Amino acid sequence: MTVNELIEKTGLEPLCIPCPEREISGVYNCDLMSVVMSKGFSGAAWVTIMANINAVAVASLTDMACIVLSEGAAKDEVMLSKAKAQEINVLMSCEPIFETSLSIYNALKNA
Amino acid sequence: MSNLVLKYTVDNEDFTRAGEASSDVKKKLKMMGVPPEAVRKVAIAMYEGEINMVIHADGGEITVEITPTQIVMVLKDKGPGITDIEKAMQAGYSTASENIRALGFGAGMGLPNMKKYSDEMDIDTVIGVGTTVTMKVNI
Repeated sequence: MTVNELIEKTGLEPLCIPCPEREISGVYNCDLMSVVMSKGFSGAAWVTIMANINAVAVASLTDMACIVLSEGAAKDEVMLSKAKAQEINVLMSCEPIFETSLSIYNALKNA
Repeated sequence: MSNLVLKYTVDNEDFTRAGEASSDVKKKLKMMGVPPEAVRKVAIAMYEGEINMVIHADGGEITVEITPTQIVMVLKDKGPGITDIEKAMQAGYSTASENIRALGFGAGMGLPNMKKYSDEMDIDTVIGVGTTVTMKVNI
């Protein structure tokens, strides 16, 4: 499933989508950057509350498909411009982390 | 063929640029056809090092040397030095401030991750003078 298809299926709000056709390989959760650095995987849809530029750097270094800001994390314009520059997709959900991850998981499972 | 040497300056307290050096190295290694697992190891080890330099040492200099068999990263700072290396190497131990933790760092996994993802790591630290961390990743 691509990031674009995920948006269509789940209704997640697209904040910055430089690579809409990027394939998603699974869902990942965590807010501690060092853990994400070692456990985050290529193609992941990373659900987090960390709406900052460092999240973009971590997503880029671990080659994730997209960052999904959950719990209605405040939009950060600096983060979004960095995401655009580094070609990292950023989506947003007002739901908590678990519900957001579950809806992505279900969308992937039923794809 | 001579080895490729890359040099970077890590600014102090500049979280907006933290990760740029590792991103650049990752991009170059990928373009050179270095195996993905080695690229991943370098990216993680170097990013953790870069973040450490920003958090603890007012920045510093990073030199990356790419040879046909390994990637050697030397991270040199003029920070306060590490008082207790053994403690600093323990997962979960951190001296980072609350505002650093709020950004998702300071979990006490920086140095352990650097060691885990490099094939060889050496720390040379002098209190009040600075720290030089050398990490090697085999290709």
